[in-house]
Amino acid sequence: MILKIKHFVAFITIIGACSCRDSTIGLSKIEGRQLSIDADIADSKEIDSFVAPYRDRVDEVLDSTLAYAPNPISKTDGTYNTTAGNLMADIVLSEANPIYKARTGHEIDFVLLNHGGIRSGISKGSITSRTAYEVMPFENSIVVAELGGKSVLKLVDYLRDSGRAHPISGLQIVLDRDHQVKTVKIQGQDFDEDKTYRVATSNYLLSGGDSMFFFKDATEVVDTDYLIRNAMIDYFKKVDTVAPTVDDRFIKLTEQ
Amino acid sequence: MKRRQFIHEAGAAATLLGLGGLSLGSCSSAMKKHITILHTNDVHSHIDTFPASHSRYANLGGVARRASLVASIRKENPNTLLLDAGDIFQGTPYFNFYGGELEFKLMSMLKYDAATIGNHDFDNGIDGLLAQMPHANFQLLSANYDFKNTIMDGHVQAYKIFEVDDIKIGVYGLGIELEGLVTKKLYMETEYLDPFEVAQDTETNLKEYHNCDLIICLSHLGYDYQNKKKPSDLNLAQHTRHTDLIIGGHTHTFLDKPTVVPNKDGRNILVNQVGCFGINLGRIDFYFDGAKNQLSKGVSITV
Repeated sequence: MILKIKHFVAFITIIGACSCRDSTIGLSKIEGRQLSIDADIADSKEIDSFVAPYRDRVDEVLDSTLAYAPNPISKTDGTYNTTAGNLMADIVLSEANPIYKARTGHEIDFVLLNHGGIRSGISKGSITSRTAYEVMPFENSIVVAELGGKSVLKLVDYLRDSGRAHPISGLQIVLDRDHQVKTVKIQGQDFDEDKTYRVATSNYLLSGGDSMFFFKDATEVVDTDYLIRNAMIDYFKKVDTVAPTVDDRFIKLTEQ
Repeated sequence: MKRRQFIHEAGAAATLLGLGGLSLGSCSSAMKKHITILHTNDVHSHIDTFPASHSRYANLGGVARRASLVASIRKENPNTLLLDAGDIFQGTPYFNFYGGELEFKLMSMLKYDAATIGNHDFDNGIDGLLAQMPHANFQLLSANYDFKNTIMDGHVQAYKIFEVDDIKIGVYGLGIELEGLVTKKLYMETEYLDPFEVAQDTETNLKEYHNCDLIICLSHLGYDYQNKKKPSDLNLAQHTRHTDLIIGGHTHTFLDKPTVVPNKDGRNILVNQVGCFGINLGRIDFYFDGAKNQLSKGVSITV
């Protein structure tokens, strides 16, 4: 009898050993949670010292002074046009036009950006590359769309109705007391509905961003591959003082 | 019937005879396994901790802290995988200056095991991504981006199987549709394949051919959309039957806790995403036991 039990045990042990190896191991329990990376966790010294030279180089380049702002530049200091908006739109016109002209032989007629795309104002004092990153953190490039006169009228109506100071340059819009479009001028000339205009904007707005659907009418589009931020940096390097003003490029008359 | 009798008698014999009992005991303890999965998504070149003055994420995040946390968890459980669900690139000047070199080097130092490819990882073009590959000591995974007609051919695998403490873990990657999201000249001839079909084929292969014990999807599809036809992680869960965990990205979704959802077979699985910018680290612990245990009790999920 004892012999028989021993036999069984040996047999079972072999089965047991086999099943250990052969049986699929089953999932029994799952626990999920989220760990916050906060001040309770100490920095890894190794990682910190590895990053340091990269950080120093970035800071050195970003924080070196390129130009000077004698006054704060804001996107809320005017109703229909603002200092920050005018600066951005004027930069796009002055920096992208030579590139566009060299490639196509044509001039940019005017610029339209969006007010929401200005992500920060500029403080009085030093202007650095970091300023450009703060104002324009997105990788938006400058594109030039050809729009017929009728589409430009849609664009003007959009600006009239938007209630926001979307940045423009090369375009002048005067609204009358009743908020109707009184005059439109492009490069100082009266608007001509039968003409085709070359409008510089961002690739974001071209693809319908901020509901600027009139850009869908574009008959021809050229992507300059020039980032708006890089245009800003290039401009800041060229000038000493950056002092945009609120002007009469987009106004509403208070008297008839 | 006969087998049950055997076991019963063997149990009695084991208590009687020390040798048998010892053998059985050591067997069952060897079958307990613990795998820890750590994950990030949409870190977007956020290497430094946010400054104390930051409006939303003051004093949060930072790779140096994440490194300490990951190291302490690995010390506690060496059977740990560290994964990323894409959009490693773009978001701070570190990317503009170094093109992703620092991001890949740091992920390698943290010993990331695998990552999938997000739409922003194409931001310097497909050649910009290729240029950083020498700095990546982790595997890029995408089952539904076909790179065969691009210079990235051979640098990305559909899946990778990790054997951790004798547990086979199959990890596969899924990416979002690039058309309309990324400029064509950046992704070039990268072909986007239907993520659900590819997921089903891949998980079946991992389960039935490779006998994986655990299957994880690294997805950059996005957590959920108003338009239910758009592929998302919650959608994906309904289309798969072998995937145990979907680690997501793209939508920068901050969840209070991982989402438990039924898969195609009605089995509960986890979908998780940890916001963005390296502010959080996701941690999912999987405990394995004897097969008998699984059959009788099912899997308990605690989130």
